[in-house]
Formats: sequence, C-alpha cells, structure tokens
Amino acid sequence: MSDTAVSSSAPSRPSRLQLALGKPGFLIGCLIIALSTLLALMPNVFAPYDPNYIDYLAIRQPPSWAHPFGTDSLGRDSFSRVIHAYRVNMQMAILATVFALVIGVVVGALVGYYRGIADMIFGRVVDAIITFPFLVLVIAVVAVLGPGLINMYIAITMVGWVYYARLMRAEIIAQMGNDYSDAGMVMGYSDRRIIFRHLLPNAITPVLIYWMTDMALAILLGSSLGYLGLGAQPPQAEWGVLIAEGRNFITTAWWLSLMPGIAIVLTGLGFSLIGDGLADLLRPRG
Amino acid sequence: MEQTPILEVEGLCTTFGRGGQTLPALRDVSFTVGEGEVLGLVGESGSGKSVTLRSVLGLARRYGEVTGSVRWQGQELITKSERDLRPIRGRDIAMIFQEPMTSLNPLLTVGQQLVETLQAHTDLSRKARRDRAIEMLDLVGIPAAASRLTDYPHQFSGGMRQRVMIAIALAASPKLLLADEPTTALDVTIQAQILDLILRLSSDMKMGVIMVTHDLGVVAQTCDRVAVMYAGRIVEQGPVRQVLRDPHHAYTVGLMQSVPEGVAPRTQLYSIPGTPPSLAHLPPGCAFAPRCAASTEACLATRPALLRVSEDRQLACFNPKNQTKGCAA
Amino acid sequence: MSEAVLEINDLSLAFPISRSLADWVAGRPGKVVRALNGVSLQLQKGETLGVVGESGCGKSTLARCIVRLYEPTSGSVRHHGQDIFDASVRGDRAYNRRVQMMFQDPFSSLNPRMTTGQILSEALRVHEMRSEDQIPERVAELLDLVRLPQDAAEKLPHEFSGGQRQRIAIARALAVEPEILIADELVSALDVSVQAQVVNLLLELQERLGLTVLFVAHDLRLVRHVSNRVAVIYLGRIVEIGDSETLFSSPSHPYSQALLSAAPSMDPDDKGQKVKLEGELPSPLNVPTGCAFHQRCRFADTRCHSESPSLRPLEGRGEVACHHVEKILHNA
Repeated sequence: MSDTAVSSSAPSRPSRLQLALGKPGFLIGCLIIALSTLLALMPNVFAPYDPNYIDYLAIRQPPSWAHPFGTDSLGRDSFSRVIHAYRVNMQMAILATVFALVIGVVVGALVGYYRGIADMIFGRVVDAIITFPFLVLVIAVVAVLGPGLINMYIAITMVGWVYYARLMRAEIIAQMGNDYSDAGMVMGYSDRRIIFRHLLPNAITPVLIYWMTDMALAILLGSSLGYLGLGAQPPQAEWGVLIAEGRNFITTAWWLSLMPGIAIVLTGLGFSLIGDGLADLLRPRG
Repeated sequence: MEQTPILEVEGLCTTFGRGGQTLPALRDVSFTVGEGEVLGLVGESGSGKSVTLRSVLGLARRYGEVTGSVRWQGQELITKSERDLRPIRGRDIAMIFQEPMTSLNPLLTVGQQLVETLQAHTDLSRKARRDRAIEMLDLVGIPAAASRLTDYPHQFSGGMRQRVMIAIALAASPKLLLADEPTTALDVTIQAQILDLILRLSSDMKMGVIMVTHDLGVVAQTCDRVAVMYAGRIVEQGPVRQVLRDPHHAYTVGLMQSVPEGVAPRTQLYSIPGTPPSLAHLPPGCAFAPRCAASTEACLATRPALLRVSEDRQLACFNPKNQTKGCAA
Repeated sequence: MSEAVLEINDLSLAFPISRSLADWVAGRPGKVVRALNGVSLQLQKGETLGVVGESGCGKSTLARCIVRLYEPTSGSVRHHGQDIFDASVRGDRAYNRRVQMMFQDPFSSLNPRMTTGQILSEALRVHEMRSEDQIPERVAELLDLVRLPQDAAEKLPHEFSGGQRQRIAIARALAVEPEILIADELVSALDVSVQAQVVNLLLELQERLGLTVLFVAHDLRLVRHVSNRVAVIYLGRIVEIGDSETLFSSPSHPYSQALLSAAPSMDPDDKGQKVKLEGELPSPLNVPTGCAFHQRCRFADTRCHSESPSLRPLEGRGEVACHHVEKILHNA
C-alpha cells in the first residue's frame, strides 16, 4: 500500500544548478558579473595607474601598450579609470535597487495579502507614479534633493520600489489561488508565517528575475545621470562621467567614450543573462 | 456486431519524445468501431485513453511519433498529410473535449463558431447554414436556440457549453464522434442529460462513438463494447455486459472492486495495491504484473499479447481469472 | 444520542459582486451570490456526515465557513457551545487546531517549496504539539500513520503522486491532533483505485482516533460508503438530511430522488427508474423565491412558488424540506 513515488524512481535528474550552468548564456552572464565584481572589489590589483594621477606629458594619447585605452585630456590613464569606475557602477547596481527591492517586496506582499483599503491606496500610488517616465521622475527628485550619488540612490529607490511592489502584489494574489495558503490559515498559522514563510518564497521568483534586469537598468540610469551631471561628480571615475569627459573629443579621441560605453553594455548584458538563467533555475518543479 | 467497422485501428503506437527520453504512451493498440456503435475506453490517468483519441485524429503526431494503422472507411489516416486530414476532421470524425470552458473560442459567438464548421465542411448556402446552426442548437436541447446564436460562450452555463460543443461537433453530421471525458466536469444530473443526448444522436444519425471515461457507471450505461486500458495498452476488450459482469483481467476486476457499490458501508474498500508504473520505466513483462496477485514468473518476464478468448472478447493475460472453458488463447 | 461537537445554526453567506458602472448609474442594487441560505445542522461526536449536492450548491462554502476561511453573513457555528465567529475567539487559533480541513486539489494544497518533513514539523512546532527534540520522532510516526515511506520526509510535494499528496495533507491535519476533520472533495481528483486507498485510510484513522468527519463530495457512491448521515444541499439550503442508508435507498425529497437516480449504475441493464431533471441549477445570483427547487420539480404548485419549506422530521426517515413530501411518498 505504501508505495514509493513514481517520479522518484526515475534516474536522478540533473540538479537545477547543472541545468542552469548547462546553458551557455547563464554561464557567460555569471562569468561577466563575477569578473566585474572582482574588478569592483580590487581595482588596484588590475589598474596599472592611479586613476586620478595627472600626467600633462601624456595628454589624449591613443591606445598603446603603456595605456591600453589611451589617456584623457588631463593625461590620466583611461584604462585605470574605467577599471576604477567598476567600483561605483557596480555599487549603483546594488544600492539603487536593493532598497527598492526590499520595500517593494514587503509592501507588495502585504497589500496583496490583505487587500482592502491599503490596496486601493496602493493602486492609486502606482498609477500616479507609473504615469511619468521613470527617468523624468528620477531627474525631478534629484533636482529637488540636489545632485550626487546618495541623492541619486534615494531618487531611484523612491520611484523604483513601485515596480517591485506591483509585481510582488500580483504574484502573491496568484499564489493565494493555491490551496496551500488557505491550508495555512486552516492550520491556524499566523498571517506573518503564511505571507513570509509560505507565499513569499513561491511568489518571489519573477521579482528576482526583474531585479537582475533592473540592476542592468540601474547602471544605465546611474551613468546617464552621471553623464548629465546629476549623479556621480567629477573627478570621480564613473562610466557616465567618463563618457561625458570624452564627449568633446569624440572625433579625435574616440576611445575615451567608447571604452566606458563597452563596459556599460557588457555589465548590463551580464545581469540580463543571469536573469534569464534564474528564470529556469528558480521555477518550481512539478 | 455484424456490420463492417468504419474505423479500424491496428497496432497503434504513440511515443512522446522529451529531452532524449522517450515515453511510450501507446503500445500496440488495436480496436474497431462499427457504424452506430459506442465503444468505451476506460482506464486511469496515464493509461493512454486520451492519447488514443488524439492519435486517431492525427493530433498526437505534433508531439511525438505515431506508427501503426488507423483505417477510416478503408483509407489509411496515419500516412495522410495534415492537409489531407483536414476535410476528414470535423466532417467525418469530430471530437469533443472534457473542458467546455477552454475548447470554445471565447471571442466568437456560438453562432459564428457553428457556421464556421458548416462553412468548412458543407456546401450549404449562407441562409441554409444559419438554419442548420439553429437546428443543431435545438437538437442538443438549448432553449430559444435562434436567439442564442449571437451569445458568447461565457453566457452559457457549463452544461449548456458542453451542449454547444456537441452541436458544433455534430454540425457536419460526422460518422464518428470522439468524446474525451465529455461529462467529467459536469454534475451528475447534467451528465445524465448529456449522455442521453449523445446516445440519442448516435442511434438517430448512425454515428459511431468512442467514449473515453474513467467512470465505469458511464461505460455501463452508454457503451456497447468496452476496452480497458492500462499503461498504454488495451488489456481487455469485449461487449460491455460480458466485461462488466464477468471481467477476466485482474486489472478490470480490481477497477470494478474499487468502486464502492454493493459493499457494506464504512468497510474497507478493495484497492489495487501499488501505483501505476511510470511510462518511462515500464517493466519488461505485463505492466500490471507488479500489482497483480496472480502474477507468475512468466508475467514478469514476457508481455502477454491481446488475444481472442471467445467470439468477441479479447484479453491480454496469462492467468485470466474466470476464463471460460474451451477458449484457450 | 451522543453529544453535538459542532452546531451550525441558520448559516447564511452572501458574496457581494462588485457593481458595474452601468448598474451604479441606473441605481440598481449590487448583486450578491447567495451561497448559503440558512443551513442548520449538527455534527455528532465520532460520526461521518456526508454533504452532497451539485457544483455551486454551497457545500464547499459550508466547509470553508466551518474552518473560518469565510465569515457568514448571519447565523452561527458553535463548537462545544462556543460561537467561533464571536469577537473574543475570532483570533483564537486553538479552534483551527481542533477543526482541520483537507482540500480537493492535492497539487495546490501543499507548499511546493517545503519538504514533507518541513510541512509536518511546522504544524507541530506552531501549535507546540511536541517539544523540539521530539519532533522528528513524531514526523516519523505521522508518516507511518498515513502509510508513507520514511524517506518521504526529505522529498518535495512534486515528487509524489496525487494519492500520496493527499496522504501528506491528511498527515498534516492529524499532526495537530484535531477533533473534527473537514474533507472537501478529498479524493475527487484521484483515480478510482487510489480513491479507494485514501478512503480506506480515512475510515481507519477515524476509527482509531475517534475523529468526527464532515465529508463533502459530489461522488454519491463514495458518500454513501463513508457516511453515517447525509445532508443533501440544493442552492445553499439543506433539502434533506438523515441516516445514510435510508436516504440512499429511499430518498424522500424530489431533488434527492433525482440526484441519486442520475448516478449511472454499474449494471448495464439497470437503466434505473430515472427521475429526469429538466433544466439546470439556477444561478445562486438569482435564487428562486419559495422552494428553490420549484422550477425543476414535477410536484411543484403555487405554494412552492411563494413559501419556502423548512426542514421537518418525517416518520422513519430523516428531515425533509418539502411541502408535499407525504403526498409524493404516498404516490410512489
């Protein structure tokens, strides 16, 4: 009568990690982000020069063995500056998103679970915020708070959490269609337990995938603001700032803007590839 | 059953491929359906009964490999192209599904969907098509049929939707109806109405029916003959009275005993030990042998073929329970 | 007669449907789905009460009210005399421990990300059924109780078949040592042979643990098999309630008669003296006045159109809600 599960008798299926790593996209994404993180943590190990060391004898030199990405108008080594920018740009990917993620997940889970008036108010807030283009709203907030990295993080978080919350709310509601949340209530479990122990782990997958894409977008947004002079401030080595610095010499010293641009694209690609892989990795089986 | 069969299925095998691993969903399935005859296909989930219907109609080959022979009034269907199958589907052979909610297009009115079928399979004029559509809705017992042509599927209740499905399926007067658990989603009182309807139409229109179900009561009340399926094979086949009154295969016996009818209330019900095998890991011998009380070495080693045991009964078993004398396989 | 562990009194539940703008402009009142319309019944200690009816009749709503997933519009549910919707006990989770529910869909009632062991130990831990170091032992006991192999504790729900998942659900309910089990279509999603296994298990456990069971199902044969008493529900109202064998062998209410005769017999020659029902279940959005069944009833007269019959005891039978039941039985 007691019988072993049919599916368990199947030969061991490849684990999820194996499955995901079997996909070249995910693997490449992981490698890119691992390398980027390494560069962000230890730029001094990889950068040959001090990023802010000014050498008036080597101004706007084209790429060479001594300066692989050339030098800028103050003679600073462009390669070292791009490497050092990894720290602030990777920081952007995290700091501009992680608070939005946490706030959004908690708010979304709560309004999704309890519904009622809070949910209606939330709906209006969402409508109000997503009516405006993201960038315009962030620029407006930065304009009020003043330029700078910290204010930029605050601005992006203030707008960005809504997207997480909206996604989370919808997922929680969908998950509540399953009987296991009702079963939890019948078991006499607390609301907190049902939301955070049962519903959230099942609902969070799409949010995490969105988070990966959002990190790529955060880097893009952060460097855009840097480029516009609203984010990181010169002489800080930041990709947006670097592109802005090279802008005036785009015809003569194109490498100044191209190299940080490639760095942006590459990191963005890395996050997106991980996001795709995660979609497979985190999907519950059944 | 003297009439010549309209559908002859022989050695039908359907294998679904999935990531290098193949699942034999149907293995060597053979049966026939005569004009106006109702054949029941019973079995539990995964036994291959729905796959059989889909393989007959050429719907299964999109997902896997279908071999064997399906002869429709003498023509071989297995080798026919999609294009050549199209006029047969719907006009000669129609199918109704378990879920009336999802098998109607929610964006088209019921009338449009009926007329669409008629347009594809008949030469009726525009006016005649409309008349025929009303006639069909009327036939399946939808009140005020003419006024409901412009209604959308969501405006009908579950039972009415299933009637609409049947009306669409029968619009082109098919000669064979494939019914895949047509009443499983419905309540018993509605089920009785729908089954009556199918039976009435079958005898009026001389239409053959293959009725897939897991409910032995439905089989008993509607079918002329029944084929019991287990793990992708037919294990027993014969006239419904004979099979249900005197089942030979241990699986049929077990299936019938599991139904709480004629058992003392609140006593332990008979249950077939174990669980059905995974299609991916079928035992070499009889697929039912691991759960069968009468199984022997031979059952575990070799697969019994479906053989004729009496004039119109077939059985795939080495140790039949109540096999009648003189009909050795 | 033994004591009533659960007393349901005149329970009604209406779900409001959000009003459309057109309704609002026209000043039409919002629609309500009247899922339960005055259900009264008592659950006796140790019995199995079967609840049958067609989909949408309110039988699942009743089950969900009993475990407080829904709050009734009016009426009361008393557990040992204490109203479970009373403000003072509303948040009392001890009631949930005493009255457990099992759901129909074995694929959605278990958290897909928790192993069987985690599911069971969570229940034990939350209700402090066992001290921390005794939990593994109890989990093993529970698996034994529902006849699952011990290695099941390490597995996730997707690794089990439907029948095995329902066993896990039963084990989870039993973990908190309840008094009453509400089985809402417990085996409806399972194959016949697996159904038998789960039903056997339920009967055996009920016997062993002295449980009271409310068995909600649409499969009449199964309900007849497991129940001591049966209630037939039509449009949110009990039309007949009584001893299972009596009710099934000779139903009194015209609806019970029709419902029971619609179940196809396993005997090909027993076409039955079918009491055919015309039409379909009216929508609970629009419950007919008077006896809710009058539109489909062969015996209905003007009184049935206007006056709603109440449940009344009938000699030698259970309680029936029909104005003409004596006449109907007499003529039969």
